[in-house]
Amino acid sequence: MSDTTFTQLLDLAVGTVVVASFAALWLRRLVGVINILAVQGVALAAVALLLGVHESEPELVAVALMVLVLRGLVLPGLIMRAVHTTGARAEVESLINVPSSLLAASVLTLFAYAVSRDLVALADTPHAQAMPLGIAVALIGILMLVTRRKAIMQISAILMLDNGIALVMFLGTSGVPVAVELGIASDVLLAVLVLQVLTFRIHLEFGGGDLDQLTELRD
Amino acid sequence: MGGLVASLPLVPIVVAVAIAILGWRSLTAWASAGSAFVILAVAVAASVWVVDQGPIVALGGEVRLDALGAVVLLLIGTVASITTTYATTYITREVTDGSATARRATWYGILVQVTLAALVVVVIADNLGVMWVAIEATTIATVLLVGHQRDSASLEASWKYLVLGSVGIATALLGTVLVYYVVRHSGVDVDAGLSWSQLVPVAGRLDASALRLPIGLVIVGYGTKAGLAPLHSWLPDAYSQAPAPVGGLLAGAVSAMSMYAIMRFTAIARPALGDTFIRNLLIIGAIASLVTAASFMLTQRDLKRLLAYSSVEHMGLIALGVAIGSPLAVSAALLHMIGNGTVKAVAFSTAGEVERHLGTTTLAHTRGLLDRDRFTGTTFALCLVALAGLPPFSLFASEVALVRAGLNDGLDWVIAIALAAMMVIFTALAVQAINVLTGPATNAPIDVPIESRAATVATRVPLVAGLVMVAVLGVTIWPISRLLEDAAAVLAP
Repeated sequence: MSDTTFTQLLDLAVGTVVVASFAALWLRRLVGVINILAVQGVALAAVALLLGVHESEPELVAVALMVLVLRGLVLPGLIMRAVHTTGARAEVESLINVPSSLLAASVLTLFAYAVSRDLVALADTPHAQAMPLGIAVALIGILMLVTRRKAIMQISAILMLDNGIALVMFLGTSGVPVAVELGIASDVLLAVLVLQVLTFRIHLEFGGGDLDQLTELRD
Repeated sequence: MGGLVASLPLVPIVVAVAIAILGWRSLTAWASAGSAFVILAVAVAASVWVVDQGPIVALGGEVRLDALGAVVLLLIGTVASITTTYATTYITREVTDGSATARRATWYGILVQVTLAALVVVVIADNLGVMWVAIEATTIATVLLVGHQRDSASLEASWKYLVLGSVGIATALLGTVLVYYVVRHSGVDVDAGLSWSQLVPVAGRLDASALRLPIGLVIVGYGTKAGLAPLHSWLPDAYSQAPAPVGGLLAGAVSAMSMYAIMRFTAIARPALGDTFIRNLLIIGAIASLVTAASFMLTQRDLKRLLAYSSVEHMGLIALGVAIGSPLAVSAALLHMIGNGTVKAVAFSTAGEVERHLGTTTLAHTRGLLDRDRFTGTTFALCLVALAGLPPFSLFASEVALVRAGLNDGLDWVIAIALAAMMVIFTALAVQAINVLTGPATNAPIDVPIESRAATVATRVPLVAGLVMVAVLGVTIWPISRLLEDAAAVLAP
């Protein structure tokens, strides 16, 4: 693979990850948001695969495969199952409207670039310079977490936050040691599983996934 | 010794498997306490070894226990021994009176053991990434334990705990990954990777301006997980809804892991970044925690929430010690960690007893607790006295040392604010202690079934032993003075 093709393909994959997080803020249907997260997971796997092939690191190629299965298939699948079995209402409810969400996300992207200036200055590869985009995706995940009031949307937001960190990991350092990578993956899987179980219970207990009902505990 | 330390996480795992197969019964309940005692015994042996011969290394350097790790391992062993021994009666009672099914008791046993295994891994792994994975594992396991009671309140608490905990822990991961990035791009030996023992010697060569954001993220992320204000809102809910022994485990050991992680990162960041950045960030967290704790404790109506906010206070004090960073301050912070952890293990377990005798943990009903049950009343009052920082308990000694260390470093204003907050907290705790010790009981008594002698002993011995230990450490520090010195030298060479 020539260097230009590599760079173009990598840009495309990274771009897809970022656009997916904006799209997740824009979409109105829960199912749509979950599908776009699956797309984000696949694009993330593509980033890892491209870097693995380019730097001829078989370990990274294996990690790419794991990312594809976990973030492209299993995790979105688990969230989708929670939607179907709880019969959660299909509409996204947000504390702020879509245009403001998108505006805030753009500001966060600029902010990510601003705070990581010193980090980027260390970068010796073109893809390491794109690292702030991963921080931006993570920040957009946090934005989604604080503005969305549905249990399922909060799980999705945590998944997006994690995808952003994974993007930083791939772009900045071509991943972390495989043992740590595996540990992170299994922790994320377990966290989503537990969140899914809690979502079932919230639906059983409160008859809906609306987190505004969680107000029993206060001082 | 290396092999012993490296295989320590397997002990709770084996016990977890045994509980999974045999269910929660008298034998496995005691095995679960047994694994905690094994951790404590190995911690004591390892501490002696570390003071004598330096760090224990095993598995080709993947496992490393230095003096700082030994102190924290001692804390884990102590807190785990107290809470699991108490749980042998607490959980069995729940099964007997029908408030928990046998299946839930089994899950409880398994999850506590998994938590213990993860806690041990946090301390013995010489790898910042593995440390993160293990801390996240403690979060996931304890989320399920917080939801043990299966009512709407515990459901709410576990949701908040997991969501906010995930954000905190994710922030810490982002910081860890970026530290790794800075290491890889600062021209230091790439092999150092994520091993803290190899990073500390080369830390001075890391790029200072690039390190600022990653370290900030690590402190904020793990700070959230430790319960430092302003990101503590999950904590009172989680601690108060968890079963009593789990509350002790969370407040005593799990929260200390995040402080331990922060300590490891400061050891790496200080040579490159200098004092100011880390100190300012931690002082903000410390003061915010102290002020928050003071304002919520004064008007607190629930006993477990009172203890939870007391944890916010003490985490703040430990953060203050790390912020000051002198050898005196760090050893005071570590002693404070041991004192607070042990007393919290006893206090939450006692809260379980209070609940049993009064049917509630509302503070208004603890009036005259001493009359109702002499043992529970005395223990509870002593816990409040210890947490308020009165002698002979070790929290008094460590608080005095912290104040001295702060004044030595010219942090007069910070110490003044901290002292004011501590006075308010002292008042809040003293009022509750007097409430327990005096006056006739106001509410109707509950019939407490008479228990076997063995059950009574299993309930009381760990509580008394914990308080005695903290009192002894308050009077004379010599059993662990060398260890604390060595541990402080790890952070403040």
